[in-house]
Amino acid sequence: MKASKMDQRRYFRGVPTISYDLIKEFVVAIVVMGLIGLGLAAVFSSPDEPSVNIKSWSNADPVDFVTTASAELAGTSNSAVYGPPYSNGSAAVQAIGPFVPQQWAGDAMHLDTAQTFVLGPLSSMSGNDTALATALSKYKAATSDQQQTWITNYSNALANATVANGAVTVASGDYGPVPDLMAAELKLAQNGSLDGILLTSPGRFYQTNYSAPLLFMGDGGYLASLVQQQHLLGSQWGMMNETGQYPGQTWLWLYTLWYQIPPFNSASNVDLLVVLLMGFLTFLLAIVPFIPILRDIPRWIPIHRLIWRRSNYTPQERRA
Amino acid sequence: MDTPATYVHWMFIDISVPNLLLILLMLVVFAMALLLPFPRHKATPLSAESEPGDSEGNAVAGERNWTARLRDAISARWPWNQLLPDRQPAYVHSWVYVFGIGAIAALVWIVASGVVLVFFGPTWWHISSAGRFVNSIHYWSVQAFFFCMVLHLWGQYWMAAWRHGRAIVWFFGVLIFALAIGEAFTGYLSQQNLDAQWIALNGKDAINSIGVGSFFNILDYGQMFGLHVMLLPLGVVSLIGIHIALVRMKGVVRPIGDEPDESDASPASTASSGSTTGATTR
Repeated sequence: MKASKMDQRRYFRGVPTISYDLIKEFVVAIVVMGLIGLGLAAVFSSPDEPSVNIKSWSNADPVDFVTTASAELAGTSNSAVYGPPYSNGSAAVQAIGPFVPQQWAGDAMHLDTAQTFVLGPLSSMSGNDTALATALSKYKAATSDQQQTWITNYSNALANATVANGAVTVASGDYGPVPDLMAAELKLAQNGSLDGILLTSPGRFYQTNYSAPLLFMGDGGYLASLVQQQHLLGSQWGMMNETGQYPGQTWLWLYTLWYQIPPFNSASNVDLLVVLLMGFLTFLLAIVPFIPILRDIPRWIPIHRLIWRRSNYTPQERRA
Repeated sequence: MDTPATYVHWMFIDISVPNLLLILLMLVVFAMALLLPFPRHKATPLSAESEPGDSEGNAVAGERNWTARLRDAISARWPWNQLLPDRQPAYVHSWVYVFGIGAIAALVWIVASGVVLVFFGPTWWHISSAGRFVNSIHYWSVQAFFFCMVLHLWGQYWMAAWRHGRAIVWFFGVLIFALAIGEAFTGYLSQQNLDAQWIALNGKDAINSIGVGSFFNILDYGQMFGLHVMLLPLGVVSLIGIHIALVRMKGVVRPIGDEPDESDASPASTASSGSTTGATTR
């Protein structure tokens, strides 16, 4: 009979035993872990870098906000061209040959950035603002090419924009109603209204899905600049880091490692490659007992002799 | 169904027709339960030696039901002296063996502090010093949990603890590790701070790339919070329960180089074995 088929009586035959109190060990472990946890909590507290919202972003960096909002209006932002699950685009779609799992769900969470982030919120506020209503009407009445021309001209001009009293000003040019729309959008953001509108539209009160404002902020440069200071960017091993001096998700070190080295760090499908690789490696870890070489290493490198020290126990007394 | 309901008014009672129908249905079902005959089973007397709940059971031969079968299967695999043994092989005398129990002890603190955090709501710890302290216990206990769990993993690897039919124990250990990473990830997403915002934005590309972003939306705080406080902890705790049960069923693996041989299972050696553990004391 193989050892794997033996019951405990046969398996441990002749093995010396010691008194061992599992319950006492568990209680002691809880007390020790409690002391460690309470002690560390009392001395170091825990990380809590305040969150950013659209109001704080638009007040801290109005040009970045307006530049991002212009890209959302033009449909050229990262979120606008991302692809599934937000649109039918393809900019962020990752594939390995014909294997494109990102397209399986289609644009199940459809996001029209121009309507959701700019035109929708502005329309909801245009009831008592004749100038804004006029600007919206003029923009919507224009052809798509005309709209793109205005936005492109305006976006180029934003490179030399100036900020005075929180308002963004650009040199004169052929922008159509876009400056008026962006001024209204900036005002909406700076007074905090846009944060609320993006969460509660259309017509909701309760809300826990922060996809829209997060994607909007993610399209800008302000949030990324903040997290770069905290070493949280993907290129900075960010997924395993934490704000401040605190340890983060160190257990993600291997996952994060792949993003830093070739060929992954230059691959356009890096996420798909890394997720599949980590899934495969996790599977390998689960079946290590059945993989020659990997399962034999503990015998070849006898670290087990430091664990099972002969000075601590008497090996099995062989039968006479 | 979405139009306002019709209400019945009688004296001080004001009840909607749907509520009234439901209560009437309950009364009818209870009346039927009182009046309808219940399918008969063959009655047998309780044997003098056994009591209800005895491990020996009292089902008539040939009529063993699911409950009896499950009870007997559990009793055969986990007799009390294996489930809660008071002796262990002498070779467990190493600090490497304490990391597993350390991880479980840390988990006790994670759950306890997590329950307090859930009770007071996700905003509490941001605006209250007491809440911040409880969150800090939660945070450091998570660090301690992974600290111990990884050391436990290293220890089990270098002991080749999967030997002698223990691959299933190793397998469940890896499952716990993987699910715990998911549990921690949703916890980080539930922090409601800058870290959570960026992890959501940064992590969405990986989730979307494998096609699951439409139903596992890490930008959806409500979904991540629900998974973090309910489903994933339930999974982790359940898997740990299975893992421990398997360890207790199989016992701790023998040292490399001091392993049982084929003759240990021969009829002669079986007959000569001693106590339940078959072990001699040091």
